[in-house]
Amino acid sequence: MTRKLNLRIWRGDSTDGGLKDVVVDVNEGEVVLDVIHRVQATQMGDLAVRWNCKAGKCGSCSMEINGKPRLACMTQVASFDEDETITITPLRAFPIIKDLVTDVSFNYKKAMEIPAYEHPTDLAPGAARMEQVDVERSQEFRKCIECFLCQNTCHVIRDHEENKKSFAGPRFFIRIAELDMHPLDRIKNRKRTAQEEHGLGMCNITKCCTEVCPEHIKITDNAIIPMKERVVDIKYDPARMFSGLLRREKRD
Amino acid sequence: MSQNLTKLKYDVVIVGAGGAGLRAAVEAREAGLRVAIICKSLFGKAHTVMAEGGAAASMGNANSNDNWMVHFRDTMRGGKFLNHYRMAELHAKESPDRIWELEMWGALFDRTKEGKISQRNFGGHEYPRLAHVGDRTGLELIRTMQQKIVALQQKDGRETGDMEANLKVYAEFTVTDILKENGKVAGVYGYWRENGDEILFEAPAVVIATGGVGKAFKITSNSWEGTGDGHALALKAGANLKDMEFLQFHPTGMVWPPSVRGILVTESVRGEGGVLTNNLGERFMFKYIPDVFKDKYATTEEEADRWYTDQDNNRRPPELLPRDEVARAINSEVKAGRGTEHGGVFLDVSKRLSAEVIKKRLPSMWHQFYELAGVDITKEPMEVGPTCHYVMGGVDVEPDTAAAIGVPGLFAAGEVAGGMHGSNRLGGNSLSDLLVFGRRAGAAAADYAKANGANPVSDATIAKAADRIEAPFKNEGGENAYSLHAELQEVTHNLVGIIRTGDEIKEAIAKIADIRARSQKVSVAGNRQFNPGFHLAFDLDNMLLVAESTAKSAILREESRGGHTRDDFPGMSNTWRQVNHISSFNGSEVTVTPRALPAIPKELFDLFDIHELEKYMTPEEIAKGGSN
Amino acid sequence: MSGVFSPTRAKIKERTLRTDKWWLEPAITFGVLFSFVIYATFRAFEGANYFVEPLISPFYSPCLSEACVEGSKLFGWAPVSAQVLGFALSPALIILIFPLGFRMTCYYYRKAYYRAFWLSPPACAVAEPHTKYTGETRAPLILQNAHRWFFYAGLVFNVFLTYDAVLAFKNNDGQWGHMSVGTLVLVASSSLLWFYSLSCHTCRHTVGGRLKHFSKHPVRYKLWSVVSVLNTKHQQFAWFSLAAVAFADIYVRQVATGAWTNFYFF
Repeated sequence: MTRKLNLRIWRGDSTDGGLKDVVVDVNEGEVVLDVIHRVQATQMGDLAVRWNCKAGKCGSCSMEINGKPRLACMTQVASFDEDETITITPLRAFPIIKDLVTDVSFNYKKAMEIPAYEHPTDLAPGAARMEQVDVERSQEFRKCIECFLCQNTCHVIRDHEENKKSFAGPRFFIRIAELDMHPLDRIKNRKRTAQEEHGLGMCNITKCCTEVCPEHIKITDNAIIPMKERVVDIKYDPARMFSGLLRREKRD
Repeated sequence: MSQNLTKLKYDVVIVGAGGAGLRAAVEAREAGLRVAIICKSLFGKAHTVMAEGGAAASMGNANSNDNWMVHFRDTMRGGKFLNHYRMAELHAKESPDRIWELEMWGALFDRTKEGKISQRNFGGHEYPRLAHVGDRTGLELIRTMQQKIVALQQKDGRETGDMEANLKVYAEFTVTDILKENGKVAGVYGYWRENGDEILFEAPAVVIATGGVGKAFKITSNSWEGTGDGHALALKAGANLKDMEFLQFHPTGMVWPPSVRGILVTESVRGEGGVLTNNLGERFMFKYIPDVFKDKYATTEEEADRWYTDQDNNRRPPELLPRDEVARAINSEVKAGRGTEHGGVFLDVSKRLSAEVIKKRLPSMWHQFYELAGVDITKEPMEVGPTCHYVMGGVDVEPDTAAAIGVPGLFAAGEVAGGMHGSNRLGGNSLSDLLVFGRRAGAAAADYAKANGANPVSDATIAKAADRIEAPFKNEGGENAYSLHAELQEVTHNLVGIIRTGDEIKEAIAKIADIRARSQKVSVAGNRQFNPGFHLAFDLDNMLLVAESTAKSAILREESRGGHTRDDFPGMSNTWRQVNHISSFNGSEVTVTPRALPAIPKELFDLFDIHELEKYMTPEEIAKGGSN
Repeated sequence: MSGVFSPTRAKIKERTLRTDKWWLEPAITFGVLFSFVIYATFRAFEGANYFVEPLISPFYSPCLSEACVEGSKLFGWAPVSAQVLGFALSPALIILIFPLGFRMTCYYYRKAYYRAFWLSPPACAVAEPHTKYTGETRAPLILQNAHRWFFYAGLVFNVFLTYDAVLAFKNNDGQWGHMSVGTLVLVASSSLLWFYSLSCHTCRHTVGGRLKHFSKHPVRYKLWSVVSVLNTKHQQFAWFSLAAVAFADIYVRQVATGAWTNFYFF
């Protein structure tokens, strides 16, 4: 069951580029990444694309397919109409390197800005006890495969380059939430730094990060909004304000 | 040589940023040294993320009878006693500490009711032993270590003002050579995949942790990175590979649709109660219990079913036999015409577990089948078949230090190192292997670097390395790397795959030599900037060396054991157990020589029931009763 | 040139390459919310036709002004004079800020109107028209953090509106034990308001979400689990409750003007 598929693939680099039309064979059951590989092997030997596991687990083959941020390995060709031309472009929030490959170093820089987990100093190896219900929330966020589709689709940086310096992005809000909800993490000021240093307040919860997450992590409902609520706890909560309980959280 | 070669100096360079590489980096940095981590893809994407089931460690959380001795026995049994006893011993003893350490770095494993790390059953393990997080344990492991690296960088940042001063990740970088001066390691050479610019890393100690070789085979669970780079780099640097004939074909890879063929279906599916059936609906594994395992596995469906609820009074179901046994069984069923439409068998978890439990315990499997194959595993069976998953063979190393024998300053850990798993690896032993020997390699590399200091690289050595990188662009009218790669995969799949015969292996050796000759003239289109054709030219060279080592080792071993099955020598031979196959490279071809396997010392020998040892060892060995 | 047209990004001239009807959802949201605002504004200023024994429009309850018509006042109580600063103030305007504030600061509605009205962004991966963006970090949008205040107020309002629904079990002579279409309308709108409030993200946080150790608070964990389930339907509750409140007002108005007759079942 081989048929012809019309593709438009963005080719170029930081100086220039554009969409190139390609016709390629496609077989039943194939995903967009298979088709890109066929283009690479038969027509464009130097077409740049990132990929690793081809099973939706590593988050390397992030790109935009018909304008939507997706993993190419998890996008079935059959999900498009047979006569539809599929347009494939690189991520549009990050600097282009070549063809479908962008410079995602922004995300690694942001990762380095989030203070790491700190284990209680008095617990010997193997002595930690945590209940399943207490780790489940953080476990959801640790499903993240770092495909950075959420970062790419977030309009705060996608549409405003200048915000990159002050905004960590959804991937790192779930990291902060994960640590703030971690039953044993010793750092106590994550709420305040989320708001004051990592740009949590920039998020206007329009939920595109959740829409594009291939792991179906409820980024907005389970991480960003709970973190915003935790910030309200320490900064804007009426009950605490009136009773003068609004106190600076200190790192112990 | 490129115009402006960047030269960097480090104490320890780690090639590979999977579990073993990162663990080595942490250890070397904590020893106070400057460390560079080189990864072929982005940081955090290494193949370790694909590991699903868990990390084996005898913490005894699920069953207090478990301890390192039981784990050691299971590992040796799984490897059919071809393992290096010392590696298996260190691994069994140190795994629990390595897991607890991850927890102290922020890992969140699934918990038992008492709040300890939960442990699950897995093939070949006597007790529930695998620390896990759903079915994404590898991801948890790599993310935890990635975040530990960041923690160390933040500490450096506080102390020096530069987070990357003493520990830096070089992502999307290909290493093309391990450089030596005066017979010792002096550094590594390679290029940025992004723009082709070359870098020289000068360092007295190099740890290779590059993972596996699966991409040399047609149907594999490995990603594009599994091209045997470290195996080939070590060979070329003068180190040896051990037991390269042993490849693990994971019994359950996806078989349909074709684009996902080979992608892994975690063993946890069977651990959680998944049942294998053929197209007659027969639960065929009962027919395939080998004699050496007869008393450990259930012989009736009733007993096997009872085991899931009462493990103390029942023997485990044969679906949980070691991977090589299950893979061969599936292969036989399919060959006998009892396979599925697409050439696999059925694996069904929907009859035993509720949809809710399946989605909770096997979330990414559910996902994988639903999104890639359109199969809802809570309602229908999966179609599965063997896929090339893991290479037991690898760099010949000193067990305690992970030092590559014959090359001072070179270390190897993880899948790229040989010896730990013998002829067959147990599921779950890989993740703990990464941690145990990653740490040991990092520590030993640090000690070595401290003791030996820098070993400057000469211009002549640099020029030679640089020429090699330029070569593919100079070849005109040569063949395309993609088609040669496809050809190699056909050869390995058909001739040195899961079932082998002498004639086929001979044919493979000849064909591999032919492809290798043609590959010397591969030409590449385009320029150096992120050019996959260019990258593949180097990967291809590595895979060819690996394939040659595998074929030449396989032709010598005239028995069937673990991940090496000879149709012409179907039995396991106790005399062959005493032999390791050592591959070396003289610059033009691989030579394989036999070497005696070190004898097990008495205190480890005595851990086994003598009747069990009789199945594996010769009467003389038994009479000796261990080496001491 | 900023955003997706920044010099470092891949050179693509389209604001979006999406081929689906991405504009449909924000367009519908805009249409429905805009219609509601127009109608609600008209009704808030109308100052009439909001009460007909035993039904009171949710727009006007609790009716706290001296201007409130006979029988509509909460326990006959009227703390606010009919004229404020010389203006005749509709009783709806006095209390409007509470339900309005709750919905304006609601995490779901924020998404809806930021997308549909402010186009920030109109849809995912569709470039927004604004050159500057500071999110909810400064005035006025930093006031979105007051959602919790409105949540508490909203709970109080739900009590009043539930009380109104209970009163609707009277007939128009003030006798208990009767039920009309109007009763159903008020019961439906007040129930949906409860679902809307209880499924709210702030509610989820306050009942248990703020805890670090669920295991030490089993009851609150249970509550959190229940609210978490409701929370996944918050969007639906937001729309249904809005529609129900609007319909309740329309119903009361139609009955009050005599256009419709409030049919009694018994």
